[in-house]
Amino acid sequence: MDFFLLLLVNGLVVGSIYALVALGFVLIYKSSDVLNLAQGELVMLGAYICFAFVVQYNIPFFAAFVLTLVFSTILGLSVERVVLRPLIGQPIISVIMVTIGLSSVLRALVQAFWGTDTRPFPTIVSEAPVMLGSIPISQVYIYSLAVSLVLLAIFTAFFRYSKTGIAMRAVADDQQAALSMGISVRRIFAMAWIIAAVVSAIGGIMVGLINGINISLSYMGLKVLPVAILGGLDSIPGAVIGGLAIGVLENLSGGYIDPIVGGGVKEVAPFVFLVFILMIKPYGLFGKEIIERV
Amino acid sequence: MLALNNVEVMYDDVILVLKGLSLQVPEGKIVALLGSNGAGKTTTLKAISGLLKTEEGEVTDGSIEFLGKRIDGRDAATIVRMGIFQVMEGRRVFEHLTVEENLRAGGYTSKGDGNLKNKLELVYNYFPRLIERRNQKAGYLSGGEQQMLAIGRALMAKPKLMLLDEPSLGLSPMLVQEIFGIVRKINQEERATILLVEQNARIALGIADYGYLMENGRVVLEGTPEKLQDNEDVKEFYLGLTDVGKRKSYRDVKHYKRRKRWLS
Ligand SMILES: Nc1ncnc2c1ncn2[C@@H]1O[C@H](COP(=O)(O)OP(=O)(O)OP(=O)(O)O)[C@@H](O)[C@H]1O
Ligand SMILES: [Mg+2]
Repeated sequence: MDFFLLLLVNGLVVGSIYALVALGFVLIYKSSDVLNLAQGELVMLGAYICFAFVVQYNIPFFAAFVLTLVFSTILGLSVERVVLRPLIGQPIISVIMVTIGLSSVLRALVQAFWGTDTRPFPTIVSEAPVMLGSIPISQVYIYSLAVSLVLLAIFTAFFRYSKTGIAMRAVADDQQAALSMGISVRRIFAMAWIIAAVVSAIGGIMVGLINGINISLSYMGLKVLPVAILGGLDSIPGAVIGGLAIGVLENLSGGYIDPIVGGGVKEVAPFVFLVFILMIKPYGLFGKEIIERV
Repeated sequence: MLALNNVEVMYDDVILVLKGLSLQVPEGKIVALLGSNGAGKTTTLKAISGLLKTEEGEVTDGSIEFLGKRIDGRDAATIVRMGIFQVMEGRRVFEHLTVEENLRAGGYTSKGDGNLKNKLELVYNYFPRLIERRNQKAGYLSGGEQQMLAIGRALMAKPKLMLLDEPSLGLSPMLVQEIFGIVRKINQEERATILLVEQNARIALGIADYGYLMENGRVVLEGTPEKLQDNEDVKEFYLGLTDVGKRKSYRDVKHYKRRKRWLS
């Protein structure tokens, strides 16, 4: 039972990070139909930038964290300005190809600056575990889960109640109609990229605090794709549920099945699960229903 | 208030759709712009509201002035902020947003949420049917309710000039009556000037102060509703009356309807 709980908690922690990163992915897809295949690299880059501020420039962690978010904001904005805006009006597939290009560039930059070795983050959160009933949980997990859940709640409220959040959903529904009410579609795209870069960086930093960072952080992009598809690609609540589900599933199958078959199930399980779900619900768990009425 | 002078509009740099169109909309009035399918009515409205750009269209000649300022070539967001709001053909509500979220999107350009409540109340006053559906997704509203919502979104922006593109499209005659009554009321009580595009000439001329008839990218006839209604061509082609005054055959009417649905 303890073992199960441990796996469950770990799964929720990892899952909440997936959910956060998937949120960025879904936002870009929702507002502009673009699959951002550089999402994982945004995670990686955010983590390395924070690492550099803390370790190489000796900036206190909280200041470094805030600086990283500022950096991510500028990064998101410039990607939109420099890379995507010239492509307005081009076929979506070209834009998606460009995000692949962007991912290679970002990965190359990180390797050039920091190499490929795993770097440990300095300990920020005390390492003494807290006891949840009879199972020990490291404090960094708890902080990470709390941060993710708070952020997800904030974003949910943002999309439901704020003027900009509603405008973003309006653009996702009907760009031209949104334009006709004075909503600047470009500004909305820029917002989507900024949010995507910021949540990715936060996700990256949290994974860094838990596991240390290396170049394979960018594989987070591969994890987030099934999460987003599971949730329905364009659904924000879907991203949250999808993230938690895949995090838990991954850990449970890793804990129970891997020892029997000798490993590897943890990595594959999310995809098997995904295929299974898509056979039953082709638009994902929370995909936008197509509203038909004449 | 609004003046178009010899406006030419081209799509994709080759298709000339407006060929020297001129019209005026005086402050406080309702002006009807009539014409058959493909005459260029929607194009005219998009030229005014700045939405042409999203469709590779461009004003290549002439000028559009609003309150004494040139607005051709400005982007849609700027034009909305200057006080022009287009209610697009086919309603175009945000289907996955609730009624109230649609309204808030309509009020996007107005500053401060303080008077948000007042503005929502104003809209619900004009369209009481929307109140009970405020938290329902707009995609599930009936066609008439969606049209009300589309006009309600415009009200949220408190525009000086409203451009309405075929609000009667696909609605029952009863609903058309109701909605046009409300449009008239909005014109009088909110002092919104209205440029109304319609195929349904009878009802449009019923509330308009002045009318233009366009064909093939140009204005071919203009005048007071009385004058237009008396014109033989208008009678025949737009009011569905022959010179003896009887309705055109059902077959023609139906044919026209089918064509319309195909195009829209
Ligand atoms: N985006 C576009 N690109 C190219 N041609 C266009 C475009 N939009 C409209 N046209 C053409 O311009 C002409 C006028 O179209 P417009 O939509 O303005 O007509 P309309 O008077 O509103 O007709 P309807 O009553 O059917 O709505 C049509 O021949 C149409 O094919
Ligand atoms: Mg039209």
